[in-house]
Amino acid sequence: MTAILETAGLGKRYGRRQALSDCTLSVPRGRVVGLVGPNGAGKSTLLQLACGLISPTSGTVTVLGEPPASGPEQLAKVGFVAQDAPAYAALTVADHLRLGARLNPGWDARLAADRIRRLGIDPAQRAGALSGGQRAQLALTLAVAKRPELLLLDEPVAALDPLARREFLRGLMEFVAEHGATVILSSHLVSDLERVCDHLIALVASRVRLAGDVEELLTTHFRLTTARRDGDSLPDGLEVVRAVHTGRQSTFVVRAETAAHDPAWVMEPLDLEDLVLTYLDPAAATPGARPVPETLR
Amino acid sequence: MEFHLDTRSGVAPYLQLVQQVRQALRLGLLSEGDRLPTVKDVAAQVAVNPNTVLKAYRELEHQGLAAPKPGVGTFVTGTLGDLSPAEHEPLRRELRRWLGRARAAGLDEEGIEALFRTTFRTHIEEET
Repeated sequence: MTAILETAGLGKRYGRRQALSDCTLSVPRGRVVGLVGPNGAGKSTLLQLACGLISPTSGTVTVLGEPPASGPEQLAKVGFVAQDAPAYAALTVADHLRLGARLNPGWDARLAADRIRRLGIDPAQRAGALSGGQRAQLALTLAVAKRPELLLLDEPVAALDPLARREFLRGLMEFVAEHGATVILSSHLVSDLERVCDHLIALVASRVRLAGDVEELLTTHFRLTTARRDGDSLPDGLEVVRAVHTGRQSTFVVRAETAAHDPAWVMEPLDLEDLVLTYLDPAAATPGARPVPETLR
Repeated sequence: MEFHLDTRSGVAPYLQLVQQVRQALRLGLLSEGDRLPTVKDVAAQVAVNPNTVLKAYRELEHQGLAAPKPGVGTFVTGTLGDLSPAEHEPLRRELRRWLGRARAAGLDEEGIEALFRTTFRTHIEEET
């Protein structure tokens, strides 16, 4: 599986603020990648670096083997929808499509017109008069009609009501099914990501905390509930990601190849939302590193 | 065939799709020779990753319930080898006897359910 996006030690600094640090990633082609993390974790920065809207202050990033925005051909391969789906308020929907056709060599006019028609959007409508859901759909239409190989979406559904959100994701999945593009979308809504994503990247405090295929992550993480004990006392092969202790009980999130059955504990699978929240918790151990024993904290 | 997805169920999305096809077969909503919706249609209808649909269809093929015809689609090829209700009876009797013994041994409802669940899960894992 070849990588569509590769970064090595990628960083971006704004004055004193480090927006992204030491980011090394390899995103396989053909995936729908969920990019999660708290506000300010560096999600938008990573997406803007990937599309070449901004340039790195350290490290490297390549998209399809080339630096982002390195030429017209490269630009044509990448679609980007910025946060809040910006559109020109005074221009009509039809104007937007004409602009898209003018500015993009590989423009698929039929795909664009079809989408707008099926969404029931009036082409004569000014973009400023569209609902939030319609504007998001217009922005998605503009991005997919250039038939990109990589589609980057920054919080595309955050401002939408549940119905518009579902409609948006349906349209996006239809595009992926038909054209096999790779998608990276950032979102806070993990339940949406669970439907559409097969790869996950979690950023915390400007660093990559977790990256991997969703299925692999789900089959290797468990919640282990047991009488109070130290994480170090668990058998080898159970890597403690997070430990919470109460008077008598310990609850661990562990990473392991398979569930280990023992009458002394209950070990059950974790859903994606709990898994993500575990890694976003600043108290969780850094993957790979040995967790600090509770008694020392 | 209409699919739906429950992200709170804890069941993997692809397995939910597999179960829905099996259920449709059981209910007679689908029968041999029927064409399953295309991957694109399911992805667009349910708002689910197309790879999840592909995986579900591959699993159905593996179970002998569906087969792809290149360029045409995926078709239902089998029926569920489920037992008839009459054939369930001896198994049910055995299970009831076991439940009685579990009760007599002092397990409450939750204890019985937990024991059944973990044993069932371990058994499935060992079989696959």
